Amino acid sequence: MELLGLFHYWVFAVLLMIGFYAVVAKVNLVKKLIGLSLFQAAVFLLYITMGKVSGGTAPIFQAGMTDALFSNPLPQVLILTAIVVGISTTALGLGIVVRIKEEYGTIEEHEIQEIDRR
Amino acid sequence: MTVVFGIFLLTLLVITAVAVVRTRNLFVAVMLLGIFSLLIAANFLLLDAADVALTEAAVGAGISTVLFLGALALTSETEHAATPHRWLSLIVVVSATLVVLYATFDKPTFGDPEAPIQQHVAPWYLEKTPEYIDVPNVVTAVLASFRGYDTLGEVFVVFTAGIGVLFLFSAPHGHAARRRPGARDGSSIGLRDDLIPRVVGRLLVPFILLFGLYVQFHGDYGPGGGFQAGALVAAAFILYALVEGEDRTLQALPFNALLALMVSGALLYGLVGVASIFLGGNFLDYSVLSEDPVAGQHLGILLIEAGVGLTVTGVLLSIFHAFAARDRF
Amino acid sequence: MQTVLDIMSWILLTAGGGFVLVGGIGALRMPNLYTRMHAASVTDTMGAVLVLSGIMLQAGLSLATIKIAAILLFLLFTSPTSSYALASAAMLAGIKPDAGRAADCEDAS
Repeated sequence: MELLGLFHYWVFAVLLMIGFYAVVAKVNLVKKLIGLSLFQAAVFLLYITMGKVSGGTAPIFQAGMTDALFSNPLPQVLILTAIVVGISTTALGLGIVVRIKEEYGTIEEHEIQEIDRR
Repeated sequence: MTVVFGIFLLTLLVITAVAVVRTRNLFVAVMLLGIFSLLIAANFLLLDAADVALTEAAVGAGISTVLFLGALALTSETEHAATPHRWLSLIVVVSATLVVLYATFDKPTFGDPEAPIQQHVAPWYLEKTPEYIDVPNVVTAVLASFRGYDTLGEVFVVFTAGIGVLFLFSAPHGHAARRRPGARDGSSIGLRDDLIPRVVGRLLVPFILLFGLYVQFHGDYGPGGGFQAGALVAAAFILYALVEGEDRTLQALPFNALLALMVSGALLYGLVGVASIFLGGNFLDYSVLSEDPVAGQHLGILLIEAGVGLTVTGVLLSIFHAFAARDRF
Repeated sequence: MQTVLDIMSWILLTAGGGFVLVGGIGALRMPNLYTRMHAASVTDTMGAVLVLSGIMLQAGLSLATIKIAAILLFLLFTSPTSSYALASAAMLAGIKPDAGRAADCEDAS
């Protein structure tokens, strides 16, 4: 039973590092942004996993219900904000990538550094 | 049974993430990212986070895919195979994974009601929401009222992203050197020649808009709120733009109206805060907006959620038009 | 009454799951893009109808049933349209709907 609970955290660790690998090792700028999205999604998964209470339900009061066990609403609020901020930074990042393509003609990192060196 | 389903979904997540990183065709990667967002939204639903699942599905699987595709249309679709220093990165990543895996053994047991995160603030919110705000959805109550200052910051982040993208694309580009398209040169626009998507798309747009309005105003009683509604309304207009072409969408909702939406949403939020100062309370203290504090809270939440929805719609649509109107060089 | 409803939903849900499985196997094993898409569309239509009907029986006469019926209606509108859009895009990209290897073998023999 312990192992099943730990599986959620292990998936978080693996997803985090997959996204991190894409940011660090790939040379294509759009691929780096995709890796950043994966990284952010892993962090969201961690917070929501920590907020879950076993036997609980979504933190919405239903009519005519007295004592119910609710899952923690606070991580959900934080992650709601984080998702929207994540899409904003992704959109801005994609705008910058398009401009880089227009100015340099390429979006591969080593070629951009090559052009800059000249 | 739910545990088995959860484990199955999480395994699918890992497989999809590996496929996203390994594929060299960026179009495939973006599509798989959309599938990843949907899977993680299903996972959030399993973990009792209904609002978050709705937002992730609307924003992550919907809008994010469209923005990535718009950027891909303006850049290249495949990536080069060269990954310099691949083994060094792999070693760093694998050792970091092992460190994080070692740290997971100290995490609180999954679902433990006595975990430190479930003490202190969260029971206070769950207890005091019926008394101070009297709104069934605790997440909306915390987001809009108890932590309203954070949401103000979030609205301004979205606004800044919109301004940033508009600035980036304001430089005229290419032989056309125009930002708003005039008459195109007779090539087929949108999906106009395809009858079936055109008919079904035009049929669906009013229903999507209606659902967006429902989600906006129903955020107090169920999962929903300003962000999800903004994403849904933007998705409706993006669908119309894909089917009918960008010109007609700009006729339906002109660019100046989009700018007005962007600005008025953030302004509305700030004005509600300032109005509560003038009425004698603190900044963003909605209790003073009306005779009865609870009614004041309801009014305040309604107004700021409307502000959030307006800004998110305006920003997402402006960014879409900025990408769509850019000429390929 | 409740057991009759339960048995009916069991039948519907299992049948829906069977159709989804068939769609999945077809999407993997079919030789051609168009045949694969045809197999996958079984999941969208028959699988969705059966599974959602089973859930509607479980929800009884309530607001949730009407919401599920609305979802089913919109799903039935959008899934075939997206299959059509995908096939149309594949045609435009130049993927030819040839019959694949299986029909070639039959023609030769």
